[in-house]
Amino acid sequence: MLEIKNIDVFYGDVQVIWDISFEVKQSEIVALIGANGAGKSTTLKTISGILRPKKGEILFNGIAIHKVEPYKLIETGIVHVPEGRRLFVEMTVEENLDMGSLKGEAKTDRGKTRALVYEIFPRLLERKKQLAGTLSGGEQQMLAIGRGLMGKPKLQMFDEPSLGLSPILVKDIFNVIKRIKEEGTTVLIVEQNVKQTLAIADRAYVLENGRIVIQGTGESLLNNEHVKTAYLGV
Amino acid sequence: MKKFLPLIVFALLCIVPFFGLSTYVMHILILVLIWSVIGMGWNILGGYTGQVSFGHAAFFGMGAYAAGLLYQHLGISAWWGLPVCVLILTALSLIVGYICLRLRGAYFALATLALGEICRVAAENLVDFTKGNMGIMLRERTWVDKTWYFYIILLIAAGTYILIKMVMESKLGYYFVAIREDQDAAESLGINTTFYKTISLCISGVLTGIAGAYYMNYMGYIDPSTVFPLSEVSIATVVVVMVGGAATYWGPIVGAVIMVFLAEEIRSIPFIGAAHQTIFGIILILIIMFLPNGIVGDFRKLIKPLSRAKRECHHEFN
Repeated sequence: MLEIKNIDVFYGDVQVIWDISFEVKQSEIVALIGANGAGKSTTLKTISGILRPKKGEILFNGIAIHKVEPYKLIETGIVHVPEGRRLFVEMTVEENLDMGSLKGEAKTDRGKTRALVYEIFPRLLERKKQLAGTLSGGEQQMLAIGRGLMGKPKLQMFDEPSLGLSPILVKDIFNVIKRIKEEGTTVLIVEQNVKQTLAIADRAYVLENGRIVIQGTGESLLNNEHVKTAYLGV
Repeated sequence: MKKFLPLIVFALLCIVPFFGLSTYVMHILILVLIWSVIGMGWNILGGYTGQVSFGHAAFFGMGAYAAGLLYQHLGISAWWGLPVCVLILTALSLIVGYICLRLRGAYFALATLALGEICRVAAENLVDFTKGNMGIMLRERTWVDKTWYFYIILLIAAGTYILIKMVMESKLGYYFVAIREDQDAAESLGINTTFYKTISLCISGVLTGIAGAYYMNYMGYIDPSTVFPLSEVSIATVVVVMVGGAATYWGPIVGAVIMVFLAEEIRSIPFIGAAHQTIFGIILILIIMFLPNGIVGDFRKLIKPLSRAKRECHHEFN
């Protein structure tokens, strides 16, 4: 579904991604894990077109998306739920959700998808007239995920969805991501919360200093010695 | 009541000329309306779309010069400047937008700052075309009396208000606010941010330009330092909107009222000479410190102490 082929990415003159290749197949949860500064978020930003690869290509269902304008990416079926939620804080919950469905099929099915989002997150329904900026951190994350779902994505990318949330909420968010996969959406997730991520991931890639060092199924990585010592602290 | 407020204000202003006010007061009212139009124009770009411009003098002056040059070179009435400047300013906004609106935040503000100065320097130096610092003078004003001038700018201001309200209640308005709140998020949701920012700039620039073209007709004389200046137009525009309240419908109007009246009042205090500018500056600092969202934006905060005082009075009586 999504194929990343030998990409190099730079911030100005500084190379941060070195020849990374990986793929995400239909209806999988794929995780990119690694420490701070390993290049995880950079990889997502490159897929969503905020950054451009200097070398290599990114194919989504055969379309070379590294040449697509960022604002057109959503029409190919990729939705990026960015790090730090990036909500429109002075709009209401419902307006934020509607902003997720501006074009095409997402727009015609707006009512139906919104009902689904409210079913997954009843809290958002209770607060639909409230300004997004007045929600708690967890509710804001739910809204960010909900807004992503409103675009009816084929592939939904999450950047650090557990950031700054309490352990109970983190568990909820991971359950929601599993549910999203069951609804038929493919998921690419970037996380520092390695243990819980690997538990739900079908496959995962470990990034270190901008390179992929280990790859495998979620379960095999949980038992990998290097992952254990470096990320799980056992 | 609140719904009819714009209508009430408009109706009141319509009958103002029948009060037999002095020419000076009419002049002040006209200035307030001109500044309201400029402020509302700036507000759509700087307030709602979040792209702060320090170069609206470029649009104002371009409108004024459009009217002046039509009169100067083609010998037709400077009133043609109003429709013609719509075309000119749309073109200018498209060019400026295409180049500058890829920039964000402070960089865009700096680019607009440069734009205003480029226009001023160009108008000063293209002597054959603009008559440079000699300026352009209308040899004959359309009316001596101010009544019709007042009605024309009142119509322009009312039209501007309605247009902005329509835009902000449409899909465009949501896009603008989304861009202000978070440009990356807006882009990731499928909004072509450069395109919509350019639309916002076009609306903003055209409205400001119309105010400029009107100014040419009303004042009858322009030169580069009266229509392209940095502090008296570009910065003053930002101040008008900030004092009144950015991203509010009434902010620019309230701001214009306060700024024009305040400037006039302080200037007429006897024996202070140039110190009036200092006093003006101090008042501005206080407003920005205590009412960061402007008078309309922080209206609740402003009336809270008042209502509390009222309540305390009430208690004493009991």
